[in-house]
Amino acid sequence: MIEIKYTIKDPMGIHARPAGELVKACAAFPCKIMISNGTKSMDAKRIMGVMSLGVKQGTEISMSFDGEQEAEASAAIAAFLEEKL
Amino acid sequence: MEFVGKCVFEGIAIGRIAVFDKGDNQVKRVRITDTAAEVKRFEDAKEAAKAQLAALYEKALAEVGEENAAIMEIHQMMLDDLDYVETITGMIESDEVNAEFAVHATGESFAEIFASMDDDYMKARSADVRDISSRVIAILSGKNAGGIDSDEPVILVADDLAPSETVQLDKSKILGFVTRHGSSNSHTAILARTMNIPALIGIDYPADCNGKMAIVDGAKGTFIIDPPMSVIDEYHRKFEEQEEQKKLLLELKDKEDVTIDGRSIHLYANVGGVGDVPAVLDGGATGIGLFRSEFLYLESSTYPSEEQQFEAYKAVAEMMGDKKVVIRTLDIGADKQVDYFDLAKEENPAMGYRAIRICLTRPDVFKTQLRALYRASAYGNISIMFPMIISESEVIRIKEICEEVKSELSSEGKEFKECEIGIMIETPAAVMLAEELGRHVDFFSVGTNDLTQYTLAIDRQNAALDNIYDSHHPALLKMLQMIVDGGHKSGCWVGICGELGADTTLTEEFLRMGFDELSVSPSMILKVRKTIRSIDLSK
Repeated sequence: MIEIKYTIKDPMGIHARPAGELVKACAAFPCKIMISNGTKSMDAKRIMGVMSLGVKQGTEISMSFDGEQEAEASAAIAAFLEEKL
Repeated sequence: MEFVGKCVFEGIAIGRIAVFDKGDNQVKRVRITDTAAEVKRFEDAKEAAKAQLAALYEKALAEVGEENAAIMEIHQMMLDDLDYVETITGMIESDEVNAEFAVHATGESFAEIFASMDDDYMKARSADVRDISSRVIAILSGKNAGGIDSDEPVILVADDLAPSETVQLDKSKILGFVTRHGSSNSHTAILARTMNIPALIGIDYPADCNGKMAIVDGAKGTFIIDPPMSVIDEYHRKFEEQEEQKKLLLELKDKEDVTIDGRSIHLYANVGGVGDVPAVLDGGATGIGLFRSEFLYLESSTYPSEEQQFEAYKAVAEMMGDKKVVIRTLDIGADKQVDYFDLAKEENPAMGYRAIRICLTRPDVFKTQLRALYRASAYGNISIMFPMIISESEVIRIKEICEEVKSELSSEGKEFKECEIGIMIETPAAVMLAEELGRHVDFFSVGTNDLTQYTLAIDRQNAALDNIYDSHHPALLKMLQMIVDGGHKSGCWVGICGELGADTTLTEEFLRMGFDELSVSPSMILKVRKTIRSIDLSK
C-alpha cells in the first residue's frame, strides 16, 4: 500500500467540478483508492463520498492506494492534485 | 404588492409572471414482487437520465460555457456513483419497493448529508442530488420536466430551480428569475450571472400570482406584483437606461482611455470594500484609484487584526492582478465614527482629530495596518495613500514608520514589495505646499469633497448652504491647476478621486490641466470613458 499526503491550495477546496475530475482520474486504475480528510475516509472512486468530505483550502488530505498498479496510480494522482488542486 | 429579497444578479425586468411548474412528483410506495425486473427498470431509467444530461451538457456548453455546463457532467457521474446506485438497488431488493420510491428515499437521504455540512457551497449541492433523483423519477413515471407555457417572455417564479431545469429553459423567454429559496451559490444565481438576467432569491411570493404583471428591481432587491401604471412607466425609463448602459458597456468596456488627439489618462475606480471589486472589473476600470480601508474598521466591533486586514488587501490585490490598487489608510473621524476608537466628542469634527492625525498618535493601530498592506503588496500591484496631510513633517514621519515596518518584515522573513507612496490633497495647506510635499512621495490624489469644504469654508453636510456650495468655484479650479503643476514639478503623477472626478462637464478641463488619472465610482467609468474619447484637445 502507498500513501500520499497533499494540502489543498484551490481557494474553493474540492468542490463539485474537481471532485468529478479526481473521481474520474482514480477510476482509471484498478487498485483500491481511499481519500481521507483526517476525520473521515471515503472511496475516491465515488463522487458523492468525495464531495461529502467537504475538503477546504488548507486542509491536508491523505490518499491510499492498495493493489494492482498502486505505484502508477499514486504517481498519477499526486501529479493531478499538484496541477488541479 | 411589494416583496423584498436578496439580489443575486442586478438589473430590471418588467413582464408577466410565469410560475414554474415542476410537475407532480408525488412518489407512492408500492410493493414489488419481481425485484430483479424493478432493478432493471431503475438501471434503464438511470441510463436514459444520463443520456438526457449528456444532451443538456451540449446545450449548456453552447449557451453558458464550459464552466457552467460542467455541472451536467457531474450529474452524470453522480448517477453512476456506486454508493447511490447500491443504496437504491439494495432498497428495491431487500424492502421490495418500487424504483420510484427507492430513488426518492435515497435522494433525500443523500441530500440531507450535504444539507447538514457546515459549508454553504456544499449545502447548496443537496439540490444537485434532489435534481438527479427527480430526473430519474420523472423518467420512471413517464413524465416530462416542466417548461414555460407562454409565447411572450416572462419573469420566471419558482420555489427553487434545479440546475437541469434552468438549463433546459428557453432563455429567450426569460426576463428574470425570482425564487423563494436558493442561495447566492445556487445554480440559478450562477446561471443568472452568466446569462445577464436579473435574479432575486428569498421572495415569499403569493401562490396566486401566475400571469400577473410584475417588476424585478435588482438594485433594490424588490419584486413588485401588480404595480400601478405610473410605476411601470418609471421602470420602463429605468429599463431603457439600463439597456443604454449595457450597450455602452459592450462598446466601451475594453476601449482605451484616450482622447481623439491621442492624449491618454488612467481611469480608475473608487471602491469601499472587497465586494465591490467584481463591479470594478465588469465596469471596465483599469485599476482602483481609491480603496477605502475604513470598512474593515466600521464593520468590526474591535480593532481589526493584521491577519484580517492582510486577507482583505490580499484578496483585492489578487483579484486585480497586475492592475494598480491604491489603498488609502484609515480615514475615520468627522462623519465616520467608530465606537471602539473611543474618540471624544468634538465641537468641529471636520477640522478635528481624524484620519492621519489619529494614525500618527496611535502608532499601534497605524503599524498594524501598514504591516498588513506591505505583506499584501507581495500579491499584486498595491500603492499606499495617506489622507488629510497638511505638512511635510507628517509625510517624513509616515515614511519613517513605513521603513520601520519594512525592516521588521524583512527580519521576520516576510515577503513584501516596494510600494508607491502617495498622499491625498484635500487641505488648502497641502495645495500651497504641493511641490514640497511631492518631493517625498510618488503621487497625489485630490479629494475634492473635503478640499471644497475647506477652501470655501462651507460645511458640506449643512443643507442650508447647498446653494452656495459650488464645486466649480474658480478658487477650486485654480487650486487644481496648482496641484498638477506642483506635483509634476516634483515628479509625481496626479489624480482626482473625489466626486468631481466623475463630473463630465469638467473632464476636458482636467485633461487640459494635465491630470494623469481620474478615479470614479464603478458605475461612472463608462460615462467618463465616453467623454474622454469624444474630446479633441488640439482644437
